[in-house]
Amino acid sequence: MILQALAFYVFAAITVASAAMVVVSRNPVYSVLFLILAFFNAAGLFLLIGAEFIAMILVIVYVGAVAVLFLFVVMMLDINLTELREGFLDYFPVGALIGAVLFAELLLGVGIIGAGSTTITGLNAHGAQVMAIDNTRAIGRVLYTQYFYLFQVAGLVLLVAMIGAIVLTLRSRPGVRRQKAGDQINRTKEQSITVVKVPTRGGV
Amino acid sequence: MTIGLGHYLTVAAVLFTMGILGIFLNRKNVIVILMCVELMLLAVNINLVAFSVFQGNIVGQIFAMLVLTVAAAEAAIGLAILVVYFRNRGTIEVEDINAMKG
Repeated sequence: MILQALAFYVFAAITVASAAMVVVSRNPVYSVLFLILAFFNAAGLFLLIGAEFIAMILVIVYVGAVAVLFLFVVMMLDINLTELREGFLDYFPVGALIGAVLFAELLLGVGIIGAGSTTITGLNAHGAQVMAIDNTRAIGRVLYTQYFYLFQVAGLVLLVAMIGAIVLTLRSRPGVRRQKAGDQINRTKEQSITVVKVPTRGGV
Repeated sequence: MTIGLGHYLTVAAVLFTMGILGIFLNRKNVIVILMCVELMLLAVNINLVAFSVFQGNIVGQIFAMLVLTVAAAEAAIGLAILVVYFRNRGTIEVEDINAMKG
């Protein structure tokens, strides 16, 4: 139990520290790398709590897809870094004030929950039954039966996002020669060959 | 020393606040703002999973997966818009984004 607590504090500390580095980092590339570190440690937090499937999905989706996408875009765009840093501290007082108020409110909420005004600690009977089997199996049992339509809608969201991203970034550049397979296939013999009868000894 | 729900909620609260603060501080860089939105969604996911586990109800983790899906879609669309914007204007400063101002 002491080991688990120690692991929790290590994961939580690294997650929060790398989140802070994402915010204050001078170079967006470093921000992305710290974001990856934060995602990995959040996955560690999920593992500790026993949600293995979400932890693995977090590593695959966030680190493998989203963070790499961010890295790709950061490196693709030629950004003037010094211009972007101008006025960084101008917004600090307002941002810190709003952040402090929000954090105080959230901690108040945590404190109220911790005080036990709502009974959420302890497993109920259904929960104990669910948690008796392993996490992935439990998710699969519910996801593909009770929440099947939700699963389909999630796929639809991804499809719409994919089509949207392709349509947004697609551009037809004039002056670029590219192969037109349709035109090549539709060519007929009559369009491309003329048979010329050349008279004997006359030349063309 | 037992790690309870309160510990997880506190970490999520800190992460969420960090995301808010990042949006305020990086007013010029849209990429970092998008990253801060991802951080806030991660905090929401930590909350969902923590409540799911400590309440013994698996539905929270299902919803966390849905949030994950939406976060991935949002990142893809946001970055696509950003790339198109940079191609047209040559900058990603937030203050220059006023083409739709009436």
